[in-house]
Amino acid sequence: MDGAALPALLPRRFADWFDARGWSPRSHQLAMLEKAKSGRDALLIAPTGGGKTLAGFLPSLAELTERPARNAPPGLHTLYISPLKALATDVARNLTAPVTEMGLPITIEARTGDMSVAKRQRQRLYPPDILLTTPEQLALFCAWEGSRAYFADLSQVIIDEIHAIHSSKRGDLLSLGLARLQEFAPNLRRTGLSATVNDPDMLRRWLSPGPGMVDLVVGEPGAPAVIDVLLSDNRVPWAGHTAQHAMAEVYEVIKGAQTALVFVNTRFQAEFAFQELWRLNDDNLPIALHHGSLAPEQRRKVEAAMARGDLRAVVCTSTLDLGIDWGAVDLVIQLAAPKGSSRLVQRVGRANHRLDEPSRALLVPANRFEMLECRAAADAVAENALDGDPARVGALDVLAQHIMACACGEPFDEDSLYTEICDAGPYKDLSREDFNTVLEFVSTGGYALKTYDHFRRIVKGRDQVGQKGRWRVRNPQTALRHRLNSGAIVGPEMLSVRIGRRGVAGRKIGEMEEWYFEGLTSGDTFLFAGQIWRFEGITGLDVLVTRSNDPDPKIPSWGGSKFPLSTYLAKRVRQMVGDEPGWRRLPDDVREWLEAQKQHSSIPNADGLLIETFPHQKRHFLYCYPFEGRLAHTTLAMLLTRRLDRLGVGPVGYLANDYAVSVWSLESMADVDFDALFQEDMLGDDLEAWLEESYLMKRSFRQCAQISGLIERRFPGQEKSGRQVTFSSDLIFDVLRRHQPDHLLLQCARADASLTLLDLPRLGEFLARIRGRIRVTKLDKLSPFAVPMLMEIGKEPVYGGRAGEMVLEAASLEALIQEAMA
Amino acid sequence: MSAAQERSGSRSVSSIAASPCGSARGVIAGAEVLLRASGALWIEAARMLVVADLHFEKGSAFAERGQLLPPYDTGETLRRLEAEVAALAPRTVVFLGDSFHDRRAEGRLAQHDAIRLAELARGRELIWVVGNHDADGPRILPGEVAEDLMIEGLMLRHEPRPGAQPGEVAGHLHPSARVVARGRGVRRRCFITDGERLLLPAFGAYAGGLSVRDAAFAGLFIRTPTIVALGADRAHVVAWGSVAGE
Repeated sequence: MDGAALPALLPRRFADWFDARGWSPRSHQLAMLEKAKSGRDALLIAPTGGGKTLAGFLPSLAELTERPARNAPPGLHTLYISPLKALATDVARNLTAPVTEMGLPITIEARTGDMSVAKRQRQRLYPPDILLTTPEQLALFCAWEGSRAYFADLSQVIIDEIHAIHSSKRGDLLSLGLARLQEFAPNLRRTGLSATVNDPDMLRRWLSPGPGMVDLVVGEPGAPAVIDVLLSDNRVPWAGHTAQHAMAEVYEVIKGAQTALVFVNTRFQAEFAFQELWRLNDDNLPIALHHGSLAPEQRRKVEAAMARGDLRAVVCTSTLDLGIDWGAVDLVIQLAAPKGSSRLVQRVGRANHRLDEPSRALLVPANRFEMLECRAAADAVAENALDGDPARVGALDVLAQHIMACACGEPFDEDSLYTEICDAGPYKDLSREDFNTVLEFVSTGGYALKTYDHFRRIVKGRDQVGQKGRWRVRNPQTALRHRLNSGAIVGPEMLSVRIGRRGVAGRKIGEMEEWYFEGLTSGDTFLFAGQIWRFEGITGLDVLVTRSNDPDPKIPSWGGSKFPLSTYLAKRVRQMVGDEPGWRRLPDDVREWLEAQKQHSSIPNADGLLIETFPHQKRHFLYCYPFEGRLAHTTLAMLLTRRLDRLGVGPVGYLANDYAVSVWSLESMADVDFDALFQEDMLGDDLEAWLEESYLMKRSFRQCAQISGLIERRFPGQEKSGRQVTFSSDLIFDVLRRHQPDHLLLQCARADASLTLLDLPRLGEFLARIRGRIRVTKLDKLSPFAVPMLMEIGKEPVYGGRAGEMVLEAASLEALIQEAMA
Repeated sequence: MSAAQERSGSRSVSSIAASPCGSARGVIAGAEVLLRASGALWIEAARMLVVADLHFEKGSAFAERGQLLPPYDTGETLRRLEAEVAALAPRTVVFLGDSFHDRRAEGRLAQHDAIRLAELARGRELIWVVGNHDADGPRILPGEVAEDLMIEGLMLRHEPRPGAQPGEVAGHLHPSARVVARGRGVRRRCFITDGERLLLPAFGAYAGGLSVRDAAFAGLFIRTPTIVALGADRAHVVAWGSVAGE
């Protein structure tokens, strides 16, 4: 862009404002103004600290400054949507500063579910110029009567952090909301903001799937990050996930930094690392803890202390991956491997939120495989090679919710709605047949047995000459109930952890998944929120705990937040393992380990698969090293176990981690035909049979049933407890599976489970890749590569399809023993 | 509960024991009964099958209010009942109350389901003990309507009476239990008994459950009760000590 174009794009007041601060607008900020001037949709990709948010808003601010006076009160001009509630509020505050300083006549307000009803109602009557909100609020807007008029003047919609939301059901719902907004305001401009990603075109298609793809604006890259991998004096341990061996060094590094963010991958690791650091904290450094289970007030407190610069370190999970800027952070520490290069870039970017200074980060591998992974990740970031979530096909349960919302908002014509929905990225290839199925589901439940025809939730009016009948919601109560239950965030059921006993609940410390407490009995102690608690019991939705001094508490092992190793990083790790000359860059003990593996067994090559069989402690073991991530490995292990069972080798257990799979059995597996065993046809009948009895299907079904509106979480005036929902959705699942196995929601549940819980696409690609490239090594003892996982056996629970039955059998056995001993 | 009570609980276990067919065999106030994995009760001496809380047409009751649960619950409940009838060939089938989810439920019954019920009544007696959801009993379906029923020294009624009631067999509470063993828990419908009184689990496909640790069960048993949890194809006798709070 030449300087002459500048005055035309940037209003006088804006240029003065930049000048007064000694700043000049960045080229991507001007580019965004230019795109808006020519009425183009645009996706801006820029690293953190590049003035990205301001770039997104500049066109709106300019337009609003220059808008001519009108008689009618102006409607909403710009809608900003962020996946984080806190970000919406934060951006509102940050945007108000320049607007006030420039003296612009622009009103800016945030809107979240936390706000008072009165304030939200006032916003409906008197819209601000710029409204900042969340995808869930947009879904509610769609279900309002009168939203067409409310959004009639809308000129620009800004979607922030697209990279973090596009590949999820929330992203599906958001894209449908965007299509709806476009229908209300045909001249609406779509603007997307994203961190650096591997495939910008995918995000462009997500933002608007039409033939004229949205324009791409790329910000200047920041200074390259400085990333080190910690070489601990204590050497790299064989196994483990906590990096306990390196805590003293981590503590020293924190001491040397101004403020450090210590990222971990799970809440388990967060609790553990926090405990360990405080054990070492002789200097009493202010070190805090931040993860998704802590009470929101507690998290806000930590964030505020961080913003004031009162803290020296925060141990945190992905809850701090996104968003709010903290100037003082000068070091990011990643404890245990980062699992993906994009996630690492995002986290490293949290240090020195300024473009011209390099971010500083330290990776701390917890075991030898992780040492390889950390190296691969550091290399990937240095080369700016990123991974990312793949594009997804829009989920039909989300579509059902959206169709219901549309009917609650205003009557619709099904042909026009179908066309509109195909304008949402994830639904661009939706067939009319699928649309009709979902429409029928929304109306009558979509059952083969047509007994509910007089209980329709939405009804179609009569066809008139020249106009087809329109669909509308049955009655206002049905619409009210929909609004109470909308949204695509369905987490596991959470219980509040409160101090108290004998049924009297006191202060809330945080929230944890219900299932964690399934295995606890009164008197057990556990570590949570950095303290030790004694489990007293559960009343309603509260877990009651008292303080404890037990020196050996359990640490909850949360399953939900274990990211699998990304496909891209996995490939780099495989290449690194296969690249012998490169081993010299690794620490001595890791190199020796690789050399021993080469000598005693063999080194897997980058495209093939290494399988080892060996006897160990009266069991026969099969080990293989696909490096395809935990989810795909668990699925593979389940399916291998089924097949080996059929072959008569008597498999008795399996274990899967990010790098390897192991199965152990009563009989030797040395003579198994491994090419046949790893045939892709395992994804056929074996998978079907397993999925039928898997608890994963029930879990997915529960989520689909809630999102689609089959099961309501909330009724007017009462909140249904999670337990009731869980229980009845399992009953419904059993009945539906028996009586209508091809029902839409069962199809949704299957699709979800395949994608998000089983990682089938990745497993399929893996099986295709290794065909004809399997190398089997028959050993007479365990190999160096097998050691890490062998050390995990017994620490990790092994789940099977009949796990519930096994618990009952164990309990009745105990009853027999009691009887015998009485 | 005190340790002494926990120990005394193990004594009551002996009145209930696993049987080879997957059911649990028990003696309630002197009467021999079989607690089936299906949740039904079998009184061999009277060739009587007892099922509680079927809640027919619960699905359509929700559908009327706009929540379109799958309309297969009555059919599914009937399927399970037919399987028990085929296996045991009872002379009498007793419905222990709340057989219908609400008073209009009989009218919503699909014709093919009504026919299946009529079929069940052929060659045997059906007795509809009334419950709080269906206080009048069915109007058209075959069978007798009763407030309660005395058989083999057992008093069969819908809702358990307060205080000691030796020989009472009731439903109403939908007992379920969270059984914990080896550090894991599982929630199942269950029978619960102290050898004097027996409560049946709900038999209906959509009927929910209430934890046996709930206050509603307090005071119903004179001894520490034993539960019999419904597994996939077996009834599991479980001592009270393995039943966790919710």
